[in-house]
Amino acid sequence: MLTTEEVTYMAELARLKLSTRETETFREQLSAVLDYVDCISELDLSAVAPTRSVAPLRSALRADEVRESLPREELLRNAPETEAGCFRVPAILDEG
Amino acid sequence: MELIEQSLRRAGDMLRTSEVSSVELTEACLRRIESAEPDLHAFLAVSGDLAMQQARRADRAWAAWRRGKVSQQPSPLNGIPLAIKDVLCVAELAATAGSRILENFVPAYDATASARLRAAGAVFLGKTNTDEFAMGSSTENSGFGPTRNPWDPQRVPGGSSGGSAAAVAARMAFGALGTDTGGSVRQPAALCGVVGLKPSYGRISRFGLIAFGSSFDQIGTLTRTAEDAALLLQTLAGPDARDATSVPTPPPDYLGALSQATDLAGLRIGVPEEYFDAGVQPEVETRVRAAIEVLAEFGAEIFPVRLPHTEHALPAYYLIANAEASANLARYDGMRYGQRHSDHNLWETYVNTRSAGFGPEVKRRIMLGTYALAAGYYDDYYLRAQKVRTLVKQDFDTAFEQVDVIAGPTTPTTAFKLGEKTDDPLQMYLSDAFTLSCNLAGLPGLSLPCGLDINGLPIGMQLLGPAFAEQRLLNVAHVFQQATDWQRHAPALEN
Repeated sequence: MLTTEEVTYMAELARLKLSTRETETFREQLSAVLDYVDCISELDLSAVAPTRSVAPLRSALRADEVRESLPREELLRNAPETEAGCFRVPAILDEG
Repeated sequence: MELIEQSLRRAGDMLRTSEVSSVELTEACLRRIESAEPDLHAFLAVSGDLAMQQARRADRAWAAWRRGKVSQQPSPLNGIPLAIKDVLCVAELAATAGSRILENFVPAYDATASARLRAAGAVFLGKTNTDEFAMGSSTENSGFGPTRNPWDPQRVPGGSSGGSAAAVAARMAFGALGTDTGGSVRQPAALCGVVGLKPSYGRISRFGLIAFGSSFDQIGTLTRTAEDAALLLQTLAGPDARDATSVPTPPPDYLGALSQATDLAGLRIGVPEEYFDAGVQPEVETRVRAAIEVLAEFGAEIFPVRLPHTEHALPAYYLIANAEASANLARYDGMRYGQRHSDHNLWETYVNTRSAGFGPEVKRRIMLGTYALAAGYYDDYYLRAQKVRTLVKQDFDTAFEQVDVIAGPTTPTTAFKLGEKTDDPLQMYLSDAFTLSCNLAGLPGLSLPCGLDINGLPIGMQLLGPAFAEQRLLNVAHVFQQATDWQRHAPALEN
């Protein structure tokens, strides 16, 4: 059974904040799921290679040529905040 | 027979001979949508004006060809009204992925799948409801309310492509696009009594599909018949430079080969014991075994096969798919699109935006996925799951050395009631037990209706094949549908 701290840690990793009630509900539900998926620990997988890709992996490069993309206004139209033709976002570096 | 009861193929024939116009077909669909939608909620948005505009353009294109003004015959999809699951981008129409976090998102571009349909002249009726970010098996996880099953509105249509399946079953559209990551086209197809096709991974471009699990996601079709599925697949399939996982080989002539399929002599069908376990509803087993007998009557030989890692497939799927989802959904951070809940710093903005915008199932899956990839847990969870994935693929490779097609039930039960499984995520996941293995292996799967249970609820048979054997699955389904008429059963709807 997961602890409350483990659930809070998982939430933090995922950039989520849970209420006390959510934390408790998720604790029970996620514990049940983890118990269930644990059945793969009973298999002997020492000689098995992991699947890296279901499709044959191939290089899909193209020549580095400038091509038409979408106009800037289109790309900005769903932005929560814009300024001077850019996405306006909270500062990532603490200036204080 | 009413216009909306025609198959997509037949509607196309009627357009070609001008027995009917696209405007008439589209108006008939829009009328049906208006009367059925208050009960069913299959659509998140109906694009009536766009649809009529496209219908008129399609009628002009047919007329120009009939008058000899153009030599190129329009596509069989020209003028056909279709519905599109709201995880696919259609330019200038909202794409919410069933999530409040993308409530007002309007893409400026078409997904490749949408663009190909648009270029063929198809008519877009609207965007259909889905579990949030395609995560679910009942469409109850939609941020905008569930869709109801047209066969019994107290029951779920399945998910995550529940809106698309319900729209086709209720004759609101001649076909619809869905997406399938662990069964999300085939399972709702089975629960709604329609044909659901998931092609091989890489067959249809994923460009413009809002991603859930990138190594599993595949666009699929919901239609009334296998023939209709072949028609849609022909236009959708093919290489795309904008999806590096799309295969370079062009598709074959699906419809041409289908018309040659009259019997199944020489076809070896494998029946896995693991897909007929104690959890399967008795009527589902009876009907599916009877359907397999019909295939035998057409010359197929039936063999038992083993898929020994079936029970480990579900845990492996949930670890890998959720790990991929945790990466794919990291982009919903309130910076460039979607909701933003600003707070005094970046971290708080991320956390508040995501916590307010995502529903509980999405949060659970992101958390599980992040955990499976976290330092200290990666080897035990994610890496082990990818090894199990190899074993699941090997099970199929071995089976397909002995047989050409695998047949079994699509789902363990018929449609369950709304609210029945929402408190128990694990119970919900088990409804995908027979569908998700083929997503792990990247193989094609098709569900077709093969009966009704004692409550009149549809039962689906699933056909699985080796990589790029879509043609074979369509042929088998087509032969079955020439001999039976389950696909002509429709739910009773007051009009």
